[in-house]
Amino acid sequence: MKKEFEVISQIIQNNKRVLDIGCGDGTLMEYLKVNQQNDVRGLEPEKNLVQKCISKGLPVIEGDAEKELVQFPKKSFDYVVLSQTLQAFLRPEEVLNQLLRIGKQTIVSIPNFGYWKVRLHLLLKGTMPITKNLPNEWYNTPNLHMCTIQDFVNFCNKKSIKIDKSMCLTNEKISEITKGNMQYKNIFSQLGIFLIQ
Amino acid sequence: MNSETENIKKLIIDQSLELDCGKIIKNFPLAYETYGALNKSKSNAILTFHALSGDQFVTNINPITKREGWWTAAVGPGKAIDTNKYFVICANVLGGCMGSYGPKEINPETNKLFGTTFPVITIRDMVKAQKYLLDHLGIKKLLAVTGGSMGGMQVLQFVSLYPNMAHSAIPIACSASHSAQNIALNELGRQAIMADPNWKKENSTPDKGLAVARMAAHITYLSKQGLQEKFGRKLQDKGSLKFSFDADFQIESYLRYQGSTFVDRFDANSYLYITRAMDYFDLNKQFNGNLSLAFKNTKSKFCIISFSSDWLYPTIENKEIVIALNACGANVGFVEINSDKGHDSFLLNVPDFLKTVSEFLNSTYNGINNEKRI
Repeated sequence: MKKEFEVISQIIQNNKRVLDIGCGDGTLMEYLKVNQQNDVRGLEPEKNLVQKCISKGLPVIEGDAEKELVQFPKKSFDYVVLSQTLQAFLRPEEVLNQLLRIGKQTIVSIPNFGYWKVRLHLLLKGTMPITKNLPNEWYNTPNLHMCTIQDFVNFCNKKSIKIDKSMCLTNEKISEITKGNMQYKNIFSQLGIFLIQ
Repeated sequence: MNSETENIKKLIIDQSLELDCGKIIKNFPLAYETYGALNKSKSNAILTFHALSGDQFVTNINPITKREGWWTAAVGPGKAIDTNKYFVICANVLGGCMGSYGPKEINPETNKLFGTTFPVITIRDMVKAQKYLLDHLGIKKLLAVTGGSMGGMQVLQFVSLYPNMAHSAIPIACSASHSAQNIALNELGRQAIMADPNWKKENSTPDKGLAVARMAAHITYLSKQGLQEKFGRKLQDKGSLKFSFDADFQIESYLRYQGSTFVDRFDANSYLYITRAMDYFDLNKQFNGNLSLAFKNTKSKFCIISFSSDWLYPTIENKEIVIALNACGANVGFVEINSDKGHDSFLLNVPDFLKTVSEFLNSTYNGINNEKRI
């Protein structure tokens, strides 16, 4: 399991209800179900991945988060997880509002556009950045709304979204983001992981 | 009793059942068939519900019609619903014509065929009758309930009536509430039967009417694309148009064939009763418009499946069930299978579909057996 999922699973307490949005092949869901006795649900737009999840006995619904989230009742999950997908939505703000409505707490991870390699790529090459975490060209990337760790924190502050935890990942190393190291983390982290409500 | 169905398995239900229409029936036959073996702990039983034109003969050769069972693609040794592993049960629905209590049976009070004097039945009546069969077989909890189309409606009704009787439920290509379009199409079929001068005439059957009903219905089971690819404008004889009303096109002769073979195996009055039961099905209404309440107490794991080219029970109607289940926090998975074969996809060899059913059942089966070991 990738490091990001380890971090997310550590945030999630045992025996809680979890909705994984864009759950892919269900790796995180399965881990949470087996090791932490979480009651898991998933939402995934790709048919073949949904079928994989169902084969594993995971309750996954085929669907698009931008359309499907309205059906879930208010605070019906202890945690809602959205891993590296926020930037791919047409209306990320609305999706985020839905997550906050459905989940008592929400875990969001974002690829950090403020990462130094991204900045350097644009600065020196003058073309849209391509990195390990952002492998696509500008014309075929699914990412419509890239943001930096700083952007995301600013957004939460502006919308009065409470950040309970902020972590970042750099080359598989996990650390905490604080007010003091924010500038630094915004340059040297590949991924931000936030627990919000 | 009907002579040709004498030798099939039947349970005479000696209890009385109050139908939704208010009539009470008792001592009525329910014909059924089973495949595979029930294990010692009685934990491998799957109740399958058949659709409008199906019967209890799910797989192998149907002893009455001498044709393959309706779900041969999915059920059998080594198949998705593996009869080497599972005990598969299927009953002919109430109102059916394969040995269960229906309009083709003799009314013991008058010694005449019931015909249209048979009481109007509902999906809920059908399901309640089948519960007696489970009691008779000594099965307290099923591994799964499954079925497509009207079979799927019975799945929904079953889990709603008996929330703790099935570990899992697989409603396929169905709806919680029959749509206006589907009621309209059923009415078309019924009117075709009733317009046949032989309907209600003694010692004759409305074969023409039933055949037309079946032809119209058959179109709704396919998709436009599927029809186009299979038949296009292909002619029956390679020559040219005959400038007549004979079956010039292959699609015409295909439909005529479907109609004519159907009348050999199906009772026109059963067709009226069963389509009526489908039309009356409205699980929303049973719960005052809140479908979630239908599943409020359910303990079953759900796997809901629709097909991309099914316009009779389209994905959106299947998804309404998913939404209701989500709203009450039920354990639900949903997938729309890509297929150009229309509503009929659930009866055919559609590998993604069969794989989904097989693996979902497998994970349910392993899940309950692991629990027991712990």
